[in-house]
Amino acid sequence: MGNAKILDYMKENILFLDGGMGTLLQEQGLKPGELPERWNISQPDKIQSIHKSYYDAGSNVVSTNTFGANSLKFNDNELEEIIRTAINNVQKAKETSTGTQEKFIALDIGPTGKLLKPFGDLDFEDAVAIFAKTVKLGVKYGADVILIETMNDSYETKAALLAAKENSKLPVFVSNAYSEDGKLMTGASPAAMVVLLEGMHADAIGTNCSLGPKALLPIIEEYVKYASVPVLLKPNAGLPKSVNGKTVFDILPDEFAEDVTEAIKKGVRIAGGCCGTTPDYIKALTSRAKNIPPVANLPKNISCVSSHTHIVEFNTQPILIGERINPTGKKRFKQALIENDIDYILKEGINQQERGVHILDVNVGLPDIDEAAMLKRTISELQAISDLPLQIDTSNAVAMEAALRLYNGKAMINSVSGKEESMRQIFPLAAKYGGFIVALTLDEDGIPSTAEGRVEIAKKILRVAAEYGINKKDIIFDPLCMTISTDDNAALETLKALRILRYELGCHTSLGVSNVSFGLPERNAINSVFFGSALENGLSAAIMNPYSYDMMKTYFSYRALHGMDPNCSDYIDFCSKYTIETTPKETSAKVSAQSGESALQQAIIKGIKDEAGTITESLLENVPALEIVQKDIIPALDKVGKGFEEKKVYLPQLLMSAEAAKSAFEKIKIHLTKSENSDNTAKKCAVVIATVHGDIHDIGKNIVKLLLENYGFNVTDLGKDVPPETISAAVVKLHAPILGLSALMTTTVPSMEATIKLLRKDAPWCKIIVGGAVLNKEYADKIGADKYAKDAMGAVRYAEEINIQYQADL
Amino acid sequence: MAFVKKYSSNQCGEFNKKEISRYAGNLQDEALLNECLTEVSDKLTCNVCYRKFPISKQGTALNLGFAQTTSADLAKNLDGCDGIFLFAATLGIEIDRLIMKYGKLSPVKALIFQAIGAERIEKLCDQFCKDMAKEETLKPRFSPGYGDLPLSLQNDIFAALDCGKNIGLTLNDSMLMSPTKSVTAIVGIISK
Repeated sequence: MGNAKILDYMKENILFLDGGMGTLLQEQGLKPGELPERWNISQPDKIQSIHKSYYDAGSNVVSTNTFGANSLKFNDNELEEIIRTAINNVQKAKETSTGTQEKFIALDIGPTGKLLKPFGDLDFEDAVAIFAKTVKLGVKYGADVILIETMNDSYETKAALLAAKENSKLPVFVSNAYSEDGKLMTGASPAAMVVLLEGMHADAIGTNCSLGPKALLPIIEEYVKYASVPVLLKPNAGLPKSVNGKTVFDILPDEFAEDVTEAIKKGVRIAGGCCGTTPDYIKALTSRAKNIPPVANLPKNISCVSSHTHIVEFNTQPILIGERINPTGKKRFKQALIENDIDYILKEGINQQERGVHILDVNVGLPDIDEAAMLKRTISELQAISDLPLQIDTSNAVAMEAALRLYNGKAMINSVSGKEESMRQIFPLAAKYGGFIVALTLDEDGIPSTAEGRVEIAKKILRVAAEYGINKKDIIFDPLCMTISTDDNAALETLKALRILRYELGCHTSLGVSNVSFGLPERNAINSVFFGSALENGLSAAIMNPYSYDMMKTYFSYRALHGMDPNCSDYIDFCSKYTIETTPKETSAKVSAQSGESALQQAIIKGIKDEAGTITESLLENVPALEIVQKDIIPALDKVGKGFEEKKVYLPQLLMSAEAAKSAFEKIKIHLTKSENSDNTAKKCAVVIATVHGDIHDIGKNIVKLLLENYGFNVTDLGKDVPPETISAAVVKLHAPILGLSALMTTTVPSMEATIKLLRKDAPWCKIIVGGAVLNKEYADKIGADKYAKDAMGAVRYAEEINIQYQADL
Repeated sequence: MAFVKKYSSNQCGEFNKKEISRYAGNLQDEALLNECLTEVSDKLTCNVCYRKFPISKQGTALNLGFAQTTSADLAKNLDGCDGIFLFAATLGIEIDRLIMKYGKLSPVKALIFQAIGAERIEKLCDQFCKDMAKEETLKPRFSPGYGDLPLSLQNDIFAALDCGKNIGLTLNDSMLMSPTKSVTAIVGIISK
């Protein structure tokens, strides 16, 4: 830390910040919509006078008037001038203030005002670059500390902190703005923020804005409970009210000072005010609180991981880590990876979550794919739809870093080993990005056969980790289990290692439980008993298959037996679900007498997803896959499709049928991969589809995708907000004869037009279908599309025409 | 500065299932709709931020207090008004998560959540305007993109209301809002 003076000061003292800026500027004549940062240049006297009044009131730290000073709002020259003058304005105030306290200058950084992808349009790395520019200028012009504040999204907070750490050696304070429900706008709990920010070495963390000091107290209590670094509080002067056309806040200086002082007694170490507070509030606060002895902040020693919403703590309750997102030994999964079929992978994640796992292991490594790219995509798509923390499982250090950088939270890192090379690769990544590290007790000489040998490696790993500042609370040991089919004592040695690691070294432990039964029949029986034994011997977490009822039974029974399940309610709940799922569903393959439709046809026409799947499964025992497709699925789809075109069937029904057909196709796909038969169900030509750049709506596009897939097209979905270059590159790479583009808003139609123009140049062979709420035929013609599809069936019918020509040309 | 009003979904009234079914393109499976309503019930935050401005106009040239613009349609809407409430309302990001999740897993459900969001955000705006009408006589609300009111006014609205800080609402380069189930609007206050 280059400038540790402020940190030294904080060791013995409460650090007082300044108060509100916005309201004071408005009183001085700042107009609605006018950018306050420009006043650093145009009204330096007014800005300096406000800063000075805060120093005079006793603030140790005054923040620059740079809340929105970023490269999205200002060009480079103006940005530099703003930050230069802003720091100078605080410097001047510091020099002229009558206050005798220690004084520091904070570079203030607020949110960009944009939401990050995938819910907004700002790329994570672009956000890092935007914050980096501001940080570098703050360093250049002499700030003492960086204050990242009022952040209401965990992901943007991570981007800002990463930029601060990568571009400065200054201490960084990070403050988030919570809603009344005690969470950030995008869902993070205070504990989740503590874990994320401490993992990345924020020097102080806390909360500001939104509410008054009393209302923020529950949030502060969470911070004090989880944080090992100093906690910061910068509340509003209560809530704003309009009185006779003037905005007033409902908490006055004395009450404010009293409430914040209470928070200081509970452990807050850095205090100031936000909206509505003035030098009077800070004066009241510093007078009242200056002689209060600071509460020591102690290391909390909590082992946990986090997602963008919550933490999962490793304590006495066993943690389940779902192992199914992994291609090893799974043909269907490998195929999904090769085909870039992200939806299949996401479904594995959601299904495991529904089974009750706490963490998802993510392994997408295959020899012939770009693992870093695939891992990044999987993590970002998985985090968009699941709130579970992820365990990043790769032996590729480049992929690991890419994933840790992008991950929204504190990830579990799988894995490091006692090999020198592995430790030197993984520990620096964990030190930089944070993470809870799975450490395998093996080294250059392999896995020691004895428990003692494995414990020795564990000790070595702890020593090396400490060199990187990594504490043992952030390491979980996997003592590894060999199969008992080749070594009678394999399980016993592992259990012994578990006991020593957990109870003598005081470390958490994890195991891939199922290895123990490799080569034996009825593996579930062995696995579940071993799982129970391991839990009895100190296992903290298991990497396991949550679809195995034996394993889940063991888990729920263990918790019930160990007083971890009040009134056995989780156990009872599990058993009731288990009974439902094991009752065979009644499905009949009978042909309906009235309509002449087969059971599968009926299931598809009625849109009953599960039934379509189970019927297909049983049909596959006797009927060739191709015959099922041609005699049942396609006729059923056609019937529904025609009904839709004739306006007898509505969109929701069409989709339900399409989903039912998809579930039938999925069973066929699994069947074909199992039977070593490559998928020879006569695929039609390739279709690339995307929602155009700038547009974030993709329901329409997803509907078209589903139907095209059902009709046998080989669909590559590029997602939403896709730049023209990416679309063009994909079409060229696949030599796709068809491209489908979707746009919902008038403002994104120009982007559609630009894409079409680029395609005409790069891929003149490609026919382009467009659709979306704002489009019509005239508009489509104007921007040069080949076809306007008024609905999903329109797109399918046109694609079929093109496919016929395409197949004929081959 | 802008004020924030927070509602629960219940305060905005019962779900209008007929309306939702219509928005979803004539959904007939009520069981599926109910399933979606249950899933969404604790995931909606109904937040509004607003601010009052005096206005003046000359023909179609409008000074809205936070921005200048030209719009014959808005000028007509604001006939007889000397002020406006400018507001932004959002259902929050969780419904976007549901729409994204089911976009991958079950497009029909994504369609239904989309429809639920459309119904809810309208109800939230209605409820907010109803509350504001307790003290003033108001015109129907008018949003950028209606008639000839330019969508680019969104930039000024976001600056004037500080939507990001107040209700977590952001604007992208194409003038689309995130979270997507959001509305910005101008409500004329009829002169007394």
